[in-house]
Amino acid sequence: MTQFSVPWKQSPPLEYRGPARGIVALARMVYTMATPIVSRFPGPILLGAIIGGTLLVWAHWMLFGFVETIAASDVNGAAHSVWGQTLTTAEIGAYLDAHSIVASGILKYLLWPLQLELLRDLVGLGAIFGLFNLIPVYAIWWERKVAGRIQSRMGPMRVGGWHGWAQSFADGVKLVGKEDLVPEQADAMLFRVAPYLAFVPSLLAFLCLPLGSYWVFRNVDVALIFIIAMVGVEVVGVIVAGWASNNKWSVYGAMREACQMVSYEIPMTTVLLIPIMTAGTLNMVQIGDMQTGGWFSWNAFHNPFTFIAFITYYIASLANCKRAPFDLPESESELVAGFHTEYSGFRWALFFFAEYAAMFVVSALAVTLFLGAWHTPIPATWAFEEDSIVKIFLNGVLFSSPFWFIFKCFIFIYIQLWIRWTLPRIRIDQVLYSCVQVMFPIACVALVGHAVWMVLLDGTVFSDIIRWILGLLTAAVTFGFLSVAAFGYRNGRQMVGYLAVKQLPGA
Amino acid sequence: MADTIAPTNPADASAPRQADVRTEEMLVNMGPQHPSTHGVLRVVLRTDGEMVLQSVPHIGYLHRCAEKIGENVAPYQYVPYTDRMDYLAGMNNNQAFALAVEKLTGLEVPERAQYIRVMFAELNRIASHLVAIGTYGLDMGAFTPFLYCFREREMLLDLFESACGARLTYSYITIGGVTDDLPDNFVDVCSEFLDYFEPKVDDYNNLLSYNHIFVKRTGGVGVISAEDAIRFGLTGPVLRGSGVKFDLRKAKPYEIYDRFNFDVPVGLSGGTGEIPRGVVVGDCWSRYYVRVKEMIESVKIIRQCLRDIPAADEKEGVCNKKCKTVKLPDDEVYMEIENPRGQLGFYVKGDGSAIPARVKARGPSFCNLCVLEYAGKNCLLADIPAIIGSMDVVMGEVDR
Repeated sequence: MTQFSVPWKQSPPLEYRGPARGIVALARMVYTMATPIVSRFPGPILLGAIIGGTLLVWAHWMLFGFVETIAASDVNGAAHSVWGQTLTTAEIGAYLDAHSIVASGILKYLLWPLQLELLRDLVGLGAIFGLFNLIPVYAIWWERKVAGRIQSRMGPMRVGGWHGWAQSFADGVKLVGKEDLVPEQADAMLFRVAPYLAFVPSLLAFLCLPLGSYWVFRNVDVALIFIIAMVGVEVVGVIVAGWASNNKWSVYGAMREACQMVSYEIPMTTVLLIPIMTAGTLNMVQIGDMQTGGWFSWNAFHNPFTFIAFITYYIASLANCKRAPFDLPESESELVAGFHTEYSGFRWALFFFAEYAAMFVVSALAVTLFLGAWHTPIPATWAFEEDSIVKIFLNGVLFSSPFWFIFKCFIFIYIQLWIRWTLPRIRIDQVLYSCVQVMFPIACVALVGHAVWMVLLDGTVFSDIIRWILGLLTAAVTFGFLSVAAFGYRNGRQMVGYLAVKQLPGA
Repeated sequence: MADTIAPTNPADASAPRQADVRTEEMLVNMGPQHPSTHGVLRVVLRTDGEMVLQSVPHIGYLHRCAEKIGENVAPYQYVPYTDRMDYLAGMNNNQAFALAVEKLTGLEVPERAQYIRVMFAELNRIASHLVAIGTYGLDMGAFTPFLYCFREREMLLDLFESACGARLTYSYITIGGVTDDLPDNFVDVCSEFLDYFEPKVDDYNNLLSYNHIFVKRTGGVGVISAEDAIRFGLTGPVLRGSGVKFDLRKAKPYEIYDRFNFDVPVGLSGGTGEIPRGVVVGDCWSRYYVRVKEMIESVKIIRQCLRDIPAADEKEGVCNKKCKTVKLPDDEVYMEIENPRGQLGFYVKGDGSAIPARVKARGPSFCNLCVLEYAGKNCLLADIPAIIGSMDVVMGEVDR
């Protein structure tokens, strides 16, 4: 007769409570990671840190000011980015001289190639392609971590040391190394082309996506239409993939995708008319620029109809980029893997990239059109006086357009993940019912209501009161969610496989 | 595929043609390798677009001659094979075979062993239902409840491991008792687990059972009326989901089940009490929910066991000493018990030697699966995983 220990006993309470716990954990983590390296090369690291930090602050300041000033000095007076403009060395030099940058002599040579438009565009395309590739890689890793926490487990923990941060890279290497299988009975040409048909449109959508007033590769006047079209064209790749695979499950997936996509584009585009009506333009940069002035000036809080439109858009966008609960085209419990059943290796990875990039694009549309684009929740007038390098740096971080834009997009991607790992999948008849009978009427009512509101109530005190109420309501919901999440993070320590978790690095 | 039907009479060629969308039927093989067929079930679906007109189950991919083996080994050697039949409810399978052999040979089982048997049968019922509920959520596209159910199941497996050393194929309940006595602190640990587990059932309900999408997906789908359920010989939660209050533990108490208080949950129609609207008696949701309720009833039984279990008796032990030497009389016996999936019966025929002349099992999954062809027609493709999942079949036991 032996006593046996209870393996599922809760771990002993940590010594630190409250916010201190997080700080201590962070410090410990940094210490654990840094110790072996720092103890080996202390001198070079210190020197590198000083030089690197200085360069970072300087480069940040330079880049922001540079891009925005050059753009603002455009002769046409329209807001244009540095991309797609003619730019002379003299202009660059004049800018650098005007700001009396210490190293302007060397910098002139360094920035000389920027006057070549083709080269500039290549740099811009490279940056967009990099962003396009990095977002799915991190979204996939993040999805697995979020799913892990939701399901009371850790998610990837091994690759890369800290919380498996390199897991997606390792997966990518694995997928590239796999055999490029084409089924014997498949239509080989279409089968090979299909992933690119899905991949390229979602990449193209990034070309017109503004990350800031001047942080846009091509400032197109019909950018919104272009992005919606590109997200819509992605369906062609899926249908071709489903058909070419010569697999019945794939055909089911492709047909479901086509049916769902075509249906949901109607309510989605209808509600997108509402911010277009408010702004009076299809230019994403101009729509974004209209929402300066902090939280309460964002489009979603304009009136109740825009708020409804925002929520409707978000649900329709879930269906549009086939995320749960609308993930019918690839519902693995019904259709094995749907349209990509027969795909493996790199081509399969392309579908994944397209899907995650589409997630980012629809979130970016939601952010740009409804939630203040790249603007901070605090008004830009609250920025520091730029009299010291620290304040310049702080301004750069707190009011940095790309940072806030990507941050907001990732909040929406997080909500997509949250929904996916919480809700069951709905059935195809329910998908179409909810589109035609629920979402489309709501979208129409919101559109008409917004038009009437714009004519009768815009600019009145009543309108402002409603705007503040909606803004405060959303702020309260956000705060409530954050509190609940913090509470859950502190108290929900029970993990699946308690003993396994103890042995994981970084746990 | 859209095509107009040519008019049958050439004279009417000028008349407006009756246009209709002509669709073609398609045969789809669901399985034997498919994520939602819970093993190697193969269902041939005759579909028209998303509609399933007919679904025919094909079985036999996991046949291992389990019954024939029983005619070649002694009963105590056959117990491990019963584990492999319904691998999610090994204890219950052991128990059914052990009871059949004990009924045939008249072996006495020590009282403490009987309590342990009931306790482990009920613990295994909880473990099995946890898998059923979790994978049913998985079939419906909800991933998270699956992990939650498996978290609790891990703890149950820890309990089993503490008693018999195995986590899946236990062979713990054997002819004449159980193989080993409980660890000293088992009663404390087990009640600790029950205290932990009971509130978790509410979690599953909030997360999955009452989820609006889940109810929409499963309520009113795959309805089997009470008459049909009896006509098809369904048993277990599938029968009780159709509103028939029949449970062998109450109807024909075996072991010591007559000493315990517990209810037999049945499917109820929606809109009353906790049952959400849209639920019909005998649909997938009712079958699912019967399992949730049965877990709570099992907790009740285990608590009573833990309260009443007699102290260990070193002299008597927990297993009849003659369990390995007993000869089977020239007689036949059929013994059935309430497995998590329904009535599991063992027919054993002896011929005076130590080895049975014939062993035959009546598997609940096998008998419940026969209703798939009836319930899974004229429904949507997405309803087929819902119906199969609500049957909770284990292919190891269907094919044996």
